[in-house]
Amino acid sequence: MQILISILQIIIVLVQIGVLVGVVLLHVAYATYFERKIIGHMQVRMGPMIVGWHGLLQPIADGIKSFFKEDIVPEQADKPLFLAAPIVCLVAMMVSLAVLPFAKGWALSDINIGLLFVFAMSSLASYGIILAGWASNSKFTLLGGMRSMAQVISYEISLGLSLVGVMMLSGSLNLTEIVEAQGSSFFGMYLFTQPVAFFVFFIAMLAETNRVPFDLPEAETELVSGYCTEYSGMRYAMFFMAEYIGMFVMASIGVVCFMGGWNGPFNVPFLPPIWFILKVYLIIFLFIWIRATIPRYRYDQLMAIGWKLLIPLALGNIFLTGLAKIVIN
Amino acid sequence: MNKATTFNIPVSAGDEDHYRLRMGPQHPATHGVLRVDLDLDGETILECDPRVGYLHRGFEKLAEHRTYVQNLVLTDRLDYMSAMANNVGYSEAVEKLLAIGVPLRAKYLRTMVCEMARLASHLLWLATHALDIGAMTVFLYCFREREELLELFAELCGARLTTTYTRLGGVRQDVTHSFMMRLERFVDAFPACIEEYETLIDTNRIWLKRTVNVGTVSAEDAVSLCLTGGSLRGSGVDYDVRKHFPYAAYDRLDFEIPLGETGDTYARYRCRMEEMRQSNYILRQCIEQMPPGPIVGDDAPDLVMPNKPGRKVEVDTPARQALIKLVEDRDTFMEGDVYVPTEVPKGELGFYFISDGNGHPYRMHIRSPSFIHIGALKTLAKGAMVADLIAIIGTLDVVLGECDR
Repeated sequence: MQILISILQIIIVLVQIGVLVGVVLLHVAYATYFERKIIGHMQVRMGPMIVGWHGLLQPIADGIKSFFKEDIVPEQADKPLFLAAPIVCLVAMMVSLAVLPFAKGWALSDINIGLLFVFAMSSLASYGIILAGWASNSKFTLLGGMRSMAQVISYEISLGLSLVGVMMLSGSLNLTEIVEAQGSSFFGMYLFTQPVAFFVFFIAMLAETNRVPFDLPEAETELVSGYCTEYSGMRYAMFFMAEYIGMFVMASIGVVCFMGGWNGPFNVPFLPPIWFILKVYLIIFLFIWIRATIPRYRYDQLMAIGWKLLIPLALGNIFLTGLAKIVIN
Repeated sequence: MNKATTFNIPVSAGDEDHYRLRMGPQHPATHGVLRVDLDLDGETILECDPRVGYLHRGFEKLAEHRTYVQNLVLTDRLDYMSAMANNVGYSEAVEKLLAIGVPLRAKYLRTMVCEMARLASHLLWLATHALDIGAMTVFLYCFREREELLELFAELCGARLTTTYTRLGGVRQDVTHSFMMRLERFVDAFPACIEEYETLIDTNRIWLKRTVNVGTVSAEDAVSLCLTGGSLRGSGVDYDVRKHFPYAAYDRLDFEIPLGETGDTYARYRCRMEEMRQSNYILRQCIEQMPPGPIVGDDAPDLVMPNKPGRKVEVDTPARQALIKLVEDRDTFMEGDVYVPTEVPKGELGFYFISDGNGHPYRMHIRSPSFIHIGALKTLAKGAMVADLIAIIGTLDVVLGECDR
């Protein structure tokens, strides 16, 4: 009996994982559509229009296309690493989905170190990028990998430090508890009590997910396509998916830590995570808007911002938060 | 593991730590087929060695076997961003060599198409320069206006890119009323468009960080590197062929030469933006002052096939007969040599001809600004970073069709 129940539990978890992965992959497909459409309209053009009504089936066509494309492995590449790199990237990003609370009780595993886990996984994903850059045995990819390594190391620190203030206020690393600590009122959101932290977090998030203006690892006008220059077909698509899942995860962390998670002005009974999803898409929209608007930083300028601006700001924020906590108590 | 033989650049002793990167000729940011061999320390450029010739089509040699009229089509393919300006430059040079007069209306038409070409070329320069630095939206905004210009070219002469609009002694087609109306609408609307681009990048902090003090070249260096056009004026040197050696109708028009001060990428950017405003102003004057009259000179040799009213084209005597006549009519061609510069969007485009009295040039040399600007790349890129190199290639405004010719 005991065994049967545990088997049943495992099956339920597997089904949940399957549903989550399915939904997220669909999200990835349509996030690209969302991005192309928004950027298109911002740039006085239409975006995808051919496949399906207003190009609605374009992501699916793209998926099929990249699935059937030839998987080219360069002759001088380090083959095992070359093949593993995109998988490392994608898996690390996907695993961090497990701890995200989409609504109350809607997390695959509500672990106590949720925030730390997400950081660990997103750092792991950068290994995939570095490996890809190294294993391709191409000079452009190596430069891309190097840039990525430096970028991730410097921005991981400010990303982590910016959230320390949130941890101090909520007293927990558990994502569900962080949301609950903010309460359901509008001004309870840590966005208002931790504006500096949100600023630092937002910029570090852009850098962490390799988005404009910090898309140096894949700056197409400098490094052709950066670390994924030598990749083709499905392996290239895996990097792409990892990037979009990374965007989703980081936006979710932003929503959980600063924007009150799944709480909204009223509860939606049939689909509890609706507010969560809306907020995540608000952040993703900001990402896209920024991409359409501003140019790209140079490598040394990016480092300067990370070390000379964001880290001192985040540290100052921690100090002030601690001070405020002592004064109020 | 089977290792194919690698194509190694020889590394000299003591330089083993340097990273050698061969950028191009198939690289998205080298504006065509420019190849740059880089010697890097990290991302800092120690040595930058531009290599050209991937688009060489032998125009200068080819010109020696073709008549002066036939060579006109080659100039379309020089700087394909501004074929009109090249056509005018070539025609001006040949007319000076052969002492052919041009009627006033044709001069104005030439000025007009030159400035349209300047706008089209500067728009493409801004688009790609901004895209290189990462501002993607400017790229598409610029193409929106450039498209209108190319449509205007198509309405004028039937071709968007390879126009072959001028003829020795004039221009091929006269403008229509609808064309002038359309151009006027464009001229009215365009200043607002320039402002639109500027709102996106002019005071953008990232744009400033990427362009200010990048690729700085002093006035003396700019002169000794033979820079011309916006690249020279960005350093504050007042030289513009349109002002100093006027051709076409430029001496009758009122315009200013915008000058920069600092000589960095941002100064050149500002310079060219102001040039676009000036071009727009010149276009407006051309529309207002456009004189009536013929578009091909009377003393133009009959090698231009003008649309003379009442002229009947006989069945077996189209271009062929004209060409035979051209070669037979050796009296038309003088001996001697001539150099005529014109201000194309990229800088000073000069045609140097040596004529031995034959129907075709004994030697045609093209002084193309792009070739000389690429030569300056070596000096400008030294000590910069890889990302700066991209900005510098963009700011020098080179096109490889003109460089390799």
